Amino acid sequence: MTVRRGIFLSGVVVLCAWTLVPIWLLAIGAVSGRAGVSAWPKSLFPSSAGLDVLAAFLRIDEVWRATLTSVEVALMCMAICLALGAPAGYALARYSFRGATTYRLLILLTRAFPVGILALPLTVGFIRLGLYDTALGVALMHAALALPFAVLVSASLFQAIPRELEEAAWVFGCSRLRAFTRVVLPIALPGMAATAIFAFVISWNEVFAASVLTVRHRTLAAYLLAVLSESPLHVQFAGGFVLIVPAILFIFLVRRHLFSMWGIANR
Amino acid sequence: MRGRFAPYLLIAPSVLFLGALFLLPLVQTIALAFQEGSAPGFGLGNFARMADDLNFQDAVRNTFRIVLIVVPLQLSLALVMALMLGHLRRGRDIVLWIWSIPLGISDLAAGLVWLALLNDRGFLNSGLFRLGLIAAPQSYLTYETPGALLGAIVLAELWRATAIVLVIIVAGLQLIPKEYGEAASVFGASPWSIFRRITLPLLKPSIQTALILRTVLAFEMFGIVLALGGRNIPVLVSEAYNWQYANQDYGVAAAYAVVVMALSLAATLVYLRVLRSARGQMP
Repeated sequence: MTVRRGIFLSGVVVLCAWTLVPIWLLAIGAVSGRAGVSAWPKSLFPSSAGLDVLAAFLRIDEVWRATLTSVEVALMCMAICLALGAPAGYALARYSFRGATTYRLLILLTRAFPVGILALPLTVGFIRLGLYDTALGVALMHAALALPFAVLVSASLFQAIPRELEEAAWVFGCSRLRAFTRVVLPIALPGMAATAIFAFVISWNEVFAASVLTVRHRTLAAYLLAVLSESPLHVQFAGGFVLIVPAILFIFLVRRHLFSMWGIANR
Repeated sequence: MRGRFAPYLLIAPSVLFLGALFLLPLVQTIALAFQEGSAPGFGLGNFARMADDLNFQDAVRNTFRIVLIVVPLQLSLALVMALMLGHLRRGRDIVLWIWSIPLGISDLAAGLVWLALLNDRGFLNSGLFRLGLIAAPQSYLTYETPGALLGAIVLAELWRATAIVLVIIVAGLQLIPKEYGEAASVFGASPWSIFRRITLPLLKPSIQTALILRTVLAFEMFGIVLALGGRNIPVLVSEAYNWQYANQDYGVAAAYAVVVMALSLAATLVYLRVLRSARGQMP
């Protein structure tokens, strides 16, 4: 029995290592600079522990601007998703209305399509509207990617809040809006924050649409993709590392809400 | 009175938004793909040019190979991981968190992670050298080693996107009442037959969701391929990108997009049909 337990636990450890070790190795590649990347054979620990290589990477003018653009785009995407997704989620959770099923279907339909690819025809329309090569244009496209998730998550959030709380507030003379802002919203806030973070990560990570819709105002991911073939390895690794760090933090922050992201409770 | 319209007012903004940025470009893509040059009228010219291109067959073949290898592997690995989580006595939350980290990692970043391991002077070669298995750096990611390159992409995809499947399966497992398994084991069922006869059938809806999501995303794979293989290994979406960007030919790019969408839709329909779960029917 203990032997079996031992084998089982080492399996768990191996799978944890399978997830974590590659990230560690990329981090070494990111901080060891030009000399470290061409070193042979490599050691599993950084030779010259220094964040100066990473700092130098971020000081490259274009990288810094691309990082700022990424943040700007992701924040806008987040705002759009919350503003449009939360009301829709509330409607799905609290009202039964004709067309609710059709609406759910539309939301689920977006997941059966590779939405990023739809950026291709948007290029033409965006040029006409002056949205091409702007942060707002990319944010709009990213919001189309993240909105279905925002709707599903907020629907499951509101569903989990007892209706009675709201009804009690109405009895005491609150209007529907007031009951929502005073009673429901405070309870839903942590979950909404997770939704927002998730929208941020989707936008931060998205490469294809961002590459297609921009030329000069690239997001970090799009910039890295564009210079991929001409930049030395250590720059690529530094870029990859900068892309990954916020993502890991965010997944940590939203770990409680990972399950409702996929609309499982809503089927 | 107000109550009747309230839900429509609440969903209207998102409907309009998805109409403008999902349904409209969907229609535009299809229209663009079937357009003949600048002349009005429709035809298959873009598709003909797409199919005549040297890279087209390779792109189709590579995409299918990767999807057909990666998706079943991911499903099996995720099932194993999910069952392991169920047997953990302590530290379940932290292990689940570690295993779901790749969920937040973009496919471009995942490609770069594996590039760090698999490039000529990367960690894999260093390790093999230390063990005395190779004498000099080996190349895995060139067009001369298509098998190894494909393997690298499969590995990277497996590393990155198994987490999505895992999360969906874990959520599905939580919905299965424990009593079923307990009752079965009282009657002497082995763990394997409990898994096959009870867990797996009840998990069908989650497996369906996971497979749909994963397959659609795998057809869309892009950054990971470019990071590891550059232009050495064409896939459908990277070809669409090249036609749009390098060749400035929006028609052929749209044709590729239509192919990807058709494949995704077809895969979704197949999964919906094959893994249909009849309601109320006991497995």
